[in-house]
Amino acid sequence: MSVHELETLFQDKVDKEIKIEPKDWMPEKYRKTLIRQISQHAHSEIVGMLPEGNWITRAPSLKRKAALLAKVQDEAGHGLYLYSAAETLGISREEMLEQLHNGTAKYSSIFNYPTLAWADIGAIGWLVDGAAIMNQVPLCRTSFGPYARAMVRVCKEESFHQRQGFEILLTLSKGNEAQQRMAQDAINRWWWPSVMMFGPKDDESPNTLQSMKWKIKRFTNDELRQKFIDVCAEQVKFLGLMLPDADLKWNEERGHYDFGKINWDEFWQVVNGNGPCNKQRLDARRKAHDEGEWVRQAAVAYAEKKKMKATMVAA
Amino acid sequence: MQKDWPLWEVFIRSKQGLDHKHVGSLHAADAQMAIENARDVYTRRMEGVSIWVVESQHIHASNPDDAASLYDPANDKVYRHPTFYELPDELKHM
Ligand SMILES: [Fe+2]
Ligand SMILES: [Fe+2]
Repeated sequence: MSVHELETLFQDKVDKEIKIEPKDWMPEKYRKTLIRQISQHAHSEIVGMLPEGNWITRAPSLKRKAALLAKVQDEAGHGLYLYSAAETLGISREEMLEQLHNGTAKYSSIFNYPTLAWADIGAIGWLVDGAAIMNQVPLCRTSFGPYARAMVRVCKEESFHQRQGFEILLTLSKGNEAQQRMAQDAINRWWWPSVMMFGPKDDESPNTLQSMKWKIKRFTNDELRQKFIDVCAEQVKFLGLMLPDADLKWNEERGHYDFGKINWDEFWQVVNGNGPCNKQRLDARRKAHDEGEWVRQAAVAYAEKKKMKATMVAA
Repeated sequence: MQKDWPLWEVFIRSKQGLDHKHVGSLHAADAQMAIENARDVYTRRMEGVSIWVVESQHIHASNPDDAASLYDPANDKVYRHPTFYELPDELKHM
């Protein structure tokens, strides 16, 4: 069969919502796009543990500490599900980690912002996990089987993340004035970066069209962003707090909230490595990897020793 | 740079009486570590009562390109299905 025929067959399957599995024929560009997207997603889960890990030892109660610990552990699991899904496309874990550590692979820019106060953990759960869920729910139907299955698993675990975050903010919002101020300040700092999590505007996102056709993506960046803003604008009312956007207003005609201008300059600055914590995050990842080297080697040596012992007993 | 640990496929029985089902994969130095990691990664919320791990390199798979010829013969053997046989509607318990 010619490549053209194979491509037609492939697109036909995608159009009929038949999942593509690792050993099926797929266009090289589809494979590459998926590897980039899934590995980026995996890196985001792993780097995403850092800002929150910052508060585990300083959580205000045992209950909050246990919940945060469980959430961060979940994120490690999400990273693993996604790395495994990417590996089915023929890239090794080693290569992906190398790309993260040498800076050629990206991860979500949101994690390059610092967690300055306890309320930030609430804001991250509500807004950052909230935005992630908005992105991930449609990905449960993405065309590549292993990615879709990983996303189903991830989404099942995410809802507790968002709820624990919102509960933190809710508690603070009913607290004293200083606690309320801390909650508002966290929302002020995390709101816009969360809105930017959906990526560049549709007309500046050249790959969207192809990704939609391949059903790697099911909604455009702007569609998801609007949905997120609509939902949050209502949820924030339960906190008696404000989203930091003077232009946020319900638009009866559109059936959506209008919102203010996004600072795309800041977005590109952070993407290109100049966010407040880019260097710190990468350094932390590299350090963890390098310092774990002896553990990985020791585990291999131990496994080999056990195997040798077993064969000696058998002989 | 150290090479990756071997890859393992993980199968979990979610409930007594059900089959083990493939849930994903992970890297581990040996089978015991693979089971321990599978427990931490795939059963944090009581998703399973039993875990199997198989090193991925030991799995042999059919080729998806052969699917048509491999499963096609089954297509025209409708008489393997109960609905193929025409019986009176009044007949019960069959
Ligand atoms: Fe996650
Ligand atoms: Fe999460």
